[in-house]
Amino acid sequence: MDYSQFLAMKQEIALLVVFLLVFLYDTFMPARSQKGLPWTATLLMLAITAAGFCPCLLGTDTGLTAFGGMYETSAIVSAIKTILNIGVVIVLIQSVKWAGSEQMTMRRGEFYELLLVTLFGMYLMISGRHFLVFIIGLECASLPLAAMVALDKNRYESHEAAVKYILTAVFSSAIFMMGLSFVYALAGSLYFEGIYNAIYAERSIMLVMALAFVIAGIGFKLSLVPFHLWTADVYQGAPTSVTSYLSVISKGATAFAFLVVMAQVFGSFYADIWEWMLYALIILTITVGNLFAIRQRDMKRFLAFSSISQAGYIMLGVIAYNTMGVSALMYYVLVYIFSNLAAFGVIGAIENATGRVSMLDYRGLYRTNPRLAFTMMLAMFSLAGIPPFAGFFSKFFIFTAALGQGSVAIYVLVLIALINTIVSLYYYLLVVKAMFISEDECVIAPFRSACSERLGMWIAVAGIILLGLASPVYDTLLGLGADSSFAMFFIR
Amino acid sequence: MEITAIYYLIPALVMFCCGLYGFVTRRNMIAMLISLELMLNAVDMNFVIFNRFLFPEQMEGMMFTLFAIAIAAAETAVAIAIIINIYRSTHSVDVRELNKMKF
Repeated sequence: MDYSQFLAMKQEIALLVVFLLVFLYDTFMPARSQKGLPWTATLLMLAITAAGFCPCLLGTDTGLTAFGGMYETSAIVSAIKTILNIGVVIVLIQSVKWAGSEQMTMRRGEFYELLLVTLFGMYLMISGRHFLVFIIGLECASLPLAAMVALDKNRYESHEAAVKYILTAVFSSAIFMMGLSFVYALAGSLYFEGIYNAIYAERSIMLVMALAFVIAGIGFKLSLVPFHLWTADVYQGAPTSVTSYLSVISKGATAFAFLVVMAQVFGSFYADIWEWMLYALIILTITVGNLFAIRQRDMKRFLAFSSISQAGYIMLGVIAYNTMGVSALMYYVLVYIFSNLAAFGVIGAIENATGRVSMLDYRGLYRTNPRLAFTMMLAMFSLAGIPPFAGFFSKFFIFTAALGQGSVAIYVLVLIALINTIVSLYYYLLVVKAMFISEDECVIAPFRSACSERLGMWIAVAGIILLGLASPVYDTLLGLGADSSFAMFFIR
Repeated sequence: MEITAIYYLIPALVMFCCGLYGFVTRRNMIAMLISLELMLNAVDMNFVIFNRFLFPEQMEGMMFTLFAIAIAAAETAVAIAIIINIYRSTHSVDVRELNKMKF
């Protein structure tokens, strides 16, 4: 056996090393130095994130395969992993205070270990070019997440959220694997490439069913409407750090993996079959997500519905079906990571200090905690897509990519998405109104958030502002998209 | 009479549909988990049948089944652990009791 192929997996191996170090630290370090675990894990994660930028360390600038084509990495795959890493670092920084608190003493290590394992699963899901690897990655990413959702052992909501999450996760993977068995029957292979070549010209009812099952299975993970019913409860019940992880990292990774599957396995059925399935799903997702977000008063539930509608926008990058769509999707995920984490940073800071999560509690926040209110306002503006913040540009690029597809139906879709942007502006501004204009007797008293939380929010705010202004970021992603192996699948 | 693939595929399909029906209608979390297990096993059967009858020269479906069984076991373990947690705090495994968070 040729062991040098493991070198292609250096990002995964680095992550496993971090996992082992955290595990050993958690197991063998004396109780008095356990307080250092959060920062140790954060710094280790930061190190592999930084190394991911350099091709000579952990990054990749050429396409490499391992295990007979079951695993593939390339510049664009390495880039999306680095984007996820950045998000994980911010989540870790923001959760330092929560993980260091007294109630977490017994399970501080578990939080970091489970988080790193789910990240490993997402890596496999993104890099897998065989459905066996893909499924293992998918399960590796969703099962430990259920345990993470249940981490708050003393809060009943946490268990309720976890049971809802695990049952839907298993249900969706059963549906997904049923679809795969149909695909296997048609193609006789589970390699992405083998399936693509074997069923290139196939058109049958069985194929339509297989595609419907596969899209439904991944749609559950992405929380596309009508597969979204678990999202709000899970987001509300999970600990805030886990919610922020679930809403940005898990969603970003699944969106990219979905793009890979749809392009590299089912690419030849784009115009005939799945464009229309996805078309309907996107319209439903954006509209229903927005309409339900309007009536939410719990901040985490509100962000859950906002993230459902954002998932619809991310899917525009898949339906665009061109290399610009790939780049726009990655850029959208990157910007979404920063905007959402800024919002969750504020929610987490306020929850840690006062235990309040309702939108009504945020009334008059500007008078008592102006900087938190300002951060929240920037996050809301970015999520709504107001220039010059990054959210505007990510929406702009993803709409442009979708319009590049060219058909009239897509123009209508983009128009619907645009109208929905205006609807979303209304409910994002509700939060801003509550903080800046509304008066309330029992406002949240002024408090000083922990320095880790402030650091996390500073990074997120810097990302929101700089990503909107710095064009090299998007240019780099655009170049990666055009050079990637996706280009050969997008020929219509 | 020759036993063809269809004689195996129909039981697998019935199992899958029973699991689906059970997951939607049962209100006991353990019963829901059993239904999920039925669905996963139907998928495993499907893979083995397709491999055996359509592509007897290779082993990909069988290998997938082996891994899928392990994954299903892991899923059950995590789900049971969480359900036990729920039972500890509410003394019930009825999903209708899980209604603290609502729209």
